[in-house]
Order: sequence, then structure tokens, then C-alpha cells
Amino acid sequence: MGQNKILIAVGALFFIVSSCVFTVSETERAIKFRLGEVISTDFEPGLHFKMPFINNVKKFDSRILTMDSKPERFLTSEKKNVIVDSFVKWKIADVKTYYTSVAGDTRQANIRLDQIIKDAFRSEFSKRTIKQLVSSDRNVIRTALITLSTPIAVKLGIEIVDVQVKRIDLPNEVSSSVYRRMEAERERVAREFRSQGKEAAERIRADADKQRQIIMANAFRDAEKLRGSGDAIAADIYAKSYGKDIEFYTFYRSMIAYRQTFRQPGDMLVVEPDSDFFKYFKKQK
Amino acid sequence: MSWNEPGGDKKDPWSGRKDENGPPDLDEVIRSFQEKLGGIFGGGSGGGNNAEGGSLKSLGFLAAGAAVLWGLSGFYIVDEGTRGVETRFGAYSATTQPGLNWRFPSPIDKVEIVDVQNVQVIEVGYRSGGRQGAGSVPREALMLTKDENIVDVRLAVQYQVKDAKNYVFNLLNPTATLKQVTESAERGVIGHSDMDFVLTEGRSEIVAEIQAEIQKVMDTYESGILITTVNLQDAQPPEQVQGAFEDAIKAREDEQRYINEAEAYSNEVVPVARGAASRKTQEAEAYKESIIAKATGDVSRFSQLLTEYKKAPEVTRQRMYLESMENVLSNTSTVMVDVKGSNNMLYLPLDKLGNRTANAGTNNVANVPRSNVAPQKTSINNSSRTSNRGRTVRGR
Repeated sequence: MGQNKILIAVGALFFIVSSCVFTVSETERAIKFRLGEVISTDFEPGLHFKMPFINNVKKFDSRILTMDSKPERFLTSEKKNVIVDSFVKWKIADVKTYYTSVAGDTRQANIRLDQIIKDAFRSEFSKRTIKQLVSSDRNVIRTALITLSTPIAVKLGIEIVDVQVKRIDLPNEVSSSVYRRMEAERERVAREFRSQGKEAAERIRADADKQRQIIMANAFRDAEKLRGSGDAIAADIYAKSYGKDIEFYTFYRSMIAYRQTFRQPGDMLVVEPDSDFFKYFKKQK
Repeated sequence: MSWNEPGGDKKDPWSGRKDENGPPDLDEVIRSFQEKLGGIFGGGSGGGNNAEGGSLKSLGFLAAGAAVLWGLSGFYIVDEGTRGVETRFGAYSATTQPGLNWRFPSPIDKVEIVDVQNVQVIEVGYRSGGRQGAGSVPREALMLTKDENIVDVRLAVQYQVKDAKNYVFNLLNPTATLKQVTESAERGVIGHSDMDFVLTEGRSEIVAEIQAEIQKVMDTYESGILITTVNLQDAQPPEQVQGAFEDAIKAREDEQRYINEAEAYSNEVVPVARGAASRKTQEAEAYKESIIAKATGDVSRFSQLLTEYKKAPEVTRQRMYLESMENVLSNTSTVMVDVKGSNNMLYLPLDKLGNRTANAGTNNVANVPRSNVAPQKTSINNSSRTSNRGRTVRGR
């Protein structure tokens, strides 16, 4: 009875209140419509009021979203194909435009963005060679891409936060020729190392042989010097002594020489009996 | 207009307490909770004073009980190392510290707990998968260098949340974004480095550059993420050319090996030569000393003999001569030929004589008698053969 009435009253009140308010979270942007017409878009996060039935509210993700497109082939200035994998970070800038242009659909927005970015890529890549694309400062390309695509993106109510090139790859057939070139280069390096090694080794061996020869030659020289000085000293000694009586020396040395010369039993002497030795051989006196 | 204006912060007892940074005082928490309740229901607790009858009173109690329960459900615990991000009707209101906290219960306040201490890792270019080594993901790992080579790079990026509020509100998918940014940054950095630099000495430099680049981009997104470390797990030439690269490394070793072998040769040859040289000079030295000694000896012997010789020259001379001759003749085979005053041809078969004497082992004086025979003076030519033969026989 009374209780029920109160319960009903409370319930009705709750329903009315809840259909009169809506919340906007930090990660959302909202549009308030009046009978289909956009009347307000700038809502701070928090609790807001609306007229039930007359107003309705649509909310969109206001965070930074990603458009990660599929890898695509682009032509560079030297007419080479490169495969580019990129992504775009974007968020809603103007929620009303966003709603009217892409109906607030993220997927549709991504498709539109994809086209815009690809156009930008095409025009930027056709100005540069692969080398420039790979090694030049990416910020330059990035800024160029952002400035190129921003005017069109604005018409979609989108702010392009960032455009990043993830990969710039060569098509498979080009990659394999790059691999072959790398191999050839390594082979060159390997050969260089080996032949340098052989060069150094040969040099060391030759040096060792040279040293050996010099050492031996010097040794020969020193040895001959020594022998020569020995011979000289000996000759001097002999000369001094034998010079005292040359006649006797000749006799003395001859005697020794005879003995030295004929001492083999196989040696044979044919002598005449009229030498001094045989003076008494045939006659007594 | 917002239900809770930013100015309401001042009235909120929570914000005052939050600044103290101390552990939450339970009494105070409950008191403030009651105050908050009082604020909402506008003296709903006093509803029991209305004299509207017992049923109404019990309904009031029921409502109060429900309200208390509802209020209690606003307590939540923030663990150490995490932060709570509170929103009120969707709008950010506070970041709460570890400990016991209270918020307006659901539908008004919501809280999201964010881990700000644990370091998390994303892998780019490989998947560790927890077991059996790292599997490469070529699509992510292969990239071009400045000198148009291709390298295989594997990175692990460690990060933690540095700003819970930004982390929760600003990016749709922070982890996926971080991965995309990492791929972009590493390619950017490696794209303007040469391959050799990437593979060898440039590793730490490159890692630092990549880390700075990732952080910079993530900051422009206000992602609330802090990159703590970037690990270069691996930077190597792609599989297709690894053989060639290994061979180049082997070649470097070979170079050293060749040199070492040559040095070994050198180390062997030169000392041996020095040894031989030393032997040569030593031998020469020995020769010199010995020849001098011999000369001295010879001379000494001679001069002593000379002294004696001078005393009696004739006798000494004769003696020496005879002794020497005796010695010579007794040691050799001697053939005495008495051919004085004749021009006779004499045939001596020296080889046979030599043989005989050698066989007999004697040193006899072969006395060949004087041959008076065959005094062919002038011509030996024609008849010599026969006559020679005859003489030979006779000679025997």
C-alpha cells in the first residue's frame, strides 16, 4: 500500500534521474543530439544532463587509436619496389565532423585513413631512393607524411598524431641478390685475411732464412779469420826458428819427409846401389 | 555541468588524507565515509525520526541497511607496487596509493588497479616461448642497414608504468603500441648504421639510441610507459649468409695461424743457425790454437836438435841420414837395380813384385842382379817384344 507507493515512487524517480544524466569517461568523446540534430560536442569527462527522449547521446573512443595497414609495395625514385609496413596513430579531433564523415565508425575511419596515408607515402617515396628511405632521418619523412595527410584527415575530424614506418623491406627476389652480394663481400674479406696471413708468414720465413744465411756467412768469415791468423802465427814461429840454419833445416825436414812418405809396406823403392846409403854395400872401404 | 566540480576536491576528505601519505586510519576512513553518505542522502539517517508509522520505519531501516552495505562495498585494497586510478562518473578524480582505500561505490566511482612496479617485457624479432630456445620471427627480425645489407636483430624491451593515469586513459592498447614503436625505432636506428657496426662494436650504442627513440615516441603519445631497458638479444647476419660470415671469421683465425706457423719456423731455424755458427768459429779457434801449438812444438824440437848439431855436425848429420834411410827402406819393398854405366832396358814387373811382397808380408830386398844381357841400345821397337819376354824369364 503506502510502502508500495513509496517503492514505486523511488523506482520512478531513479528511472527519471538515470535517463536525465549520462557520463562521459576520460577515454571518450560524446555528441548530444536533439531529435537527430547535433547540439553539443564539447563535454568534459564526468556527469552530464540531457532531456530524456528528446536528447540522445553517442560516445566515441577518444584515445589514440592505431591504423596498422597491411604491408604495401611502393615505387622509389629509382623505380624499385619496396615493401613498406607502417602504422598511423590518430585520435578524434572534431567529434562532429568525425561523426558526419565516417559515421563515427573506427573501421571506416581506418579505411579512409589508409587511402590518405598511402597517397602520402606514394608521393614521398617516389622522391627518394631506397638508401635515403632506409638511412635518412626518419623524422623528415614522418613530418612530411603528417603534413601531407593532415589537411585531408582534418576533413574526417581526425588528428594524425604520428605516422611511423615500421619496415622498409626489399621484395624477395631483391633480398636474395642482397644475400648473394653479402656472401661475395664476406668471401672477399675472408680471402683478404687468408692472403694477408700468407704474406706475413712468407715474410717471417724469408726473414728467418735471411738471418740464417747471414749468421752462417759471418761465422765462416770469423772462422777463416781465425784460421788465417793461426797460420800466420805458426808461419812466423817456423820462420824465426828455421831461419837460424836453413841448410840444416832442409836436411832435417827432408829426413822427416822421407820417413813420412815411404812407410807403407806396399810402397816400393827402386834404388841404385851407388847412393850414400849403399856406400859400403859393395865394397868394404 | 559536472556533478562533482573540480572545486569539490577541497571538500573531499579523501584528498586531504591522500596527501599525508601515511597508512589509512580506519576510524577516519569510516568517519569520512559517513560524512560522504550524509552528503548524498541529505540526512537520510535521520529518516527514522519521522513519525510515519512502524512499516515506514522498518522500510527506512531497510533502506539505511542497504545504504550501509552499498557504502561498504566502496572499500578496496591497493597492493604494494600498484596504483588505483579512480574515476567519478568517468572523469579522473584521483590516483590512490597502496593500502586500504575508499571510493564511492559503483555507478559513481570506478577504480582501475595498475601495476607500476613489475617490469614487463616485450620481444621483438623472436619469441622465447618459455622453452627450447628463441624462435626467430624473420618478419620482425630482418632489417636493412645503411650499407644495404640485411641483419637479423632480436630485441627485448623492458618497461614499466610510470604514470598510471596516462597509461589507463591515453592509448587504446599500450603494449601493442609499444611493440609497433619499437619496431619502427630499431629500424630507424639500424637503418642509419653500417652492418659491421651493428654486428660488432656498435651494439651498446645502438641499444641506447633505440631506447631513447622509443621513449621519445611513447612520450609524445603520453603513454605513461617508462622504458627501463632495451636488450639486444642478438644481432647477427641472416641465416642465408651465415656460412659466409663464419668463413670470414675462420679466415681471420687462419691468418693468425699462418703467422704463428711462420714464427715457429723462424724460432726454430735462427737458433739452430746460431748454434752451427758458433760451432764453426769454435772449430776455427781450435785449429788456430792447435796449429800454433804444433808450430811451437816443431820449432822447439828443431832448435834443440840444432844446438846439438852445431856441436858435432858431421856425425849428427850422418847418423840422421842413415837412420832415416834405414827406416824408409825397412818399411818399404825395395828393389835395388845395379845399372850403373849401362843403358840396358830393364823390366821390372812392379805390380807382381808388389803383390808378392804383400802376400809374403816380407820386406826383402829383391836383389835383381846386374843384367848384362840384351844390350840393345838404340832400337827397342821391333825386336823388343820377344827379347823383352826372354829377358823377363831370365830376370826371374
